[in-house]
Amino acid sequence: MEEAVRYRRERIDRGIKARSDTIYTLASSRDMLYLLFPRVLPIVALFCLPLLMGGSYWGKVIFYSCIFALLALSWDFMASVGLVSLGQALFFGAGSYVAGGFNHYLKWPMLLTIPAATLGGALICTILLVPVVRLRGVYFSMVTLILPLLFAHLIETLEILGGTHGLLSLTPFPNHWLAVYIAVIAVVIVLFGFRRLINEDFGLVLRGIKDDDRVVMAGGINIYWYKAQAIFISAAVGSFAGALMTHYYQFVGRSAFALDYTILPLAGAVVGGPGSFAGATLGSFILVPLSEALRALGGLRMALYGIILIAALAVLPEGIFHYIERKYHQFERVVKI
Amino acid sequence: MEILIYGITNSVTLALMAIGFSLTFGISGLANFAHGAFYLLGGILTWIFLNQLGVPYLFSALISILLVGLLGFLLYWGLMLRLRGLAINEVIATLAAAIVIIEVLRWLGFSGFTYVLPEFIKGSVKIGNVWLDYQRIFLVGIGVALIIFFYLFTHRTKVGLSFRAIAQNERTAISLGIDSDWTAALSLAFGSALAVVAGLAILPLGSIDTEVGYDILIYALAVGIVGGLESIPGIVLASFILGFCQIAVATFFRAQWQTVVTLGAIVIILAVKPSGIFGKYKELEERV
Repeated sequence: MEEAVRYRRERIDRGIKARSDTIYTLASSRDMLYLLFPRVLPIVALFCLPLLMGGSYWGKVIFYSCIFALLALSWDFMASVGLVSLGQALFFGAGSYVAGGFNHYLKWPMLLTIPAATLGGALICTILLVPVVRLRGVYFSMVTLILPLLFAHLIETLEILGGTHGLLSLTPFPNHWLAVYIAVIAVVIVLFGFRRLINEDFGLVLRGIKDDDRVVMAGGINIYWYKAQAIFISAAVGSFAGALMTHYYQFVGRSAFALDYTILPLAGAVVGGPGSFAGATLGSFILVPLSEALRALGGLRMALYGIILIAALAVLPEGIFHYIERKYHQFERVVKI
Repeated sequence: MEILIYGITNSVTLALMAIGFSLTFGISGLANFAHGAFYLLGGILTWIFLNQLGVPYLFSALISILLVGLLGFLLYWGLMLRLRGLAINEVIATLAAAIVIIEVLRWLGFSGFTYVLPEFIKGSVKIGNVWLDYQRIFLVGIGVALIIFFYLFTHRTKVGLSFRAIAQNERTAISLGIDSDWTAALSLAFGSALAVVAGLAILPLGSIDTEVGYDILIYALAVGIVGGLESIPGIVLASFILGFCQIAVATFFRAQWQTVVTLGAIVIILAVKPSGIFGKYKELEERV
């Protein structure tokens, strides 16, 4: 029998001078550029894009992308503790309603409502989710899936907080630029903050809980306290996004708890590549403009969106970011077996 | 009396909606969030065969059941096979498939009063002081028959036992000669077909509306979670608890409270006993 010559692909790390995560010994400006480029590029892009687009329709799309990127980041942070949420709409809705409520009933200015909504929304969500932090895996996901639906129905049924009509005529942003740049700066801070935090000691414990919660417990660490903290941080980011959106729309209604605010960020994180934060941001900045571009198709928009999502999952299950990262840090060659 | 009769029919309706979902999700451990979409698709396919192509009712129903079952099978081989084990990706993929099916149907305009499936036998009968149409009696009959069939199927037949095996421990199942991919695909096909059977029994009571595609999923999830996803007595008990609660709330308060009760029940059960009233073998995984 003739033996066929077979080949396999070999992957080799590029020789960079970064010896570990924290100690850098950089020899040349080329190496420095190699490390800086992927970090500076998104910041420059984020700050330039609104300028290029101006106040047009696509300028608004950038604002929406930032909002969904914040939600995707907050999803990714919870997921890196092993808490897979199917209800980012809960965070978003809590933030929206706290900001909207303070602004509508107490006439607080925006400078107060947004911080109040960030902290208040996060506190409400944490109190709601703390009783179920013991749950693992899919059971926790189910609770988060149901809670926003429950709130939307409660608001409708009890006719509180504006009921089906929502709270109208809230304070708007003085101009479009302020809103967009607040959102952009928030995305940059949260993105790099989370990437830093997850590599600190605190983040190490969180990742440990994801990998094996019982081992972390055996190490004498109170995992419920850590999970509650992670939920608070994540909910604060989600609520902040909700508060921004509320003032941008000048309206808050039951739609704040809609499935859209769960599915789009989740899809963004999964398509972009979960676990890296950068992937979640990248995914949101691809999917949100895409879904706006598909708006021209009318009724078929959601269907096409679903097809794109399925295709992305089937072709690149690891996520776009992990793929790009691999191509950037490694080169491949074909070797004979 | 009114509450009793409407409670029973409502409970059986809920059980019918949940049974296919529970077969795939609870028993084979495959999330099929396209369950509601298949339910809807089955109803619309039957309508097309019946009214556009003139196929007799019974045959159009059978063809739709087979077609949707096949679609479920293809969904597994085409998509789920690549994502096996990534639970969240499975959920997203099937939910995306559901969105595609429902939104295409909505775009094609299959919604509204024109799209009504005929009742099996017209007319109604008076029980006590309540008028009950024959369709609801059929529905209860079909529901009871399906639950018994379902129980025997998963406990007595080889295929049914292998469905339960791959959920309990896939590796052990493989070592005992069960082809886990084939079994999972079959389970998805069966679950989808059962969704259509449920649709054919329930849809004649009203007109077809594409929104139900999403609602069915919530109800199926509710029944499955409250009862325990893998337990058949659990499904029956949960449907009766939820069914009677909904009717009682609608009678004594207002109809809008129905959904709140359903959703509230899910949250409470998940917080107190996540694997449901009758859930057993997942107790070690559910919490720390």
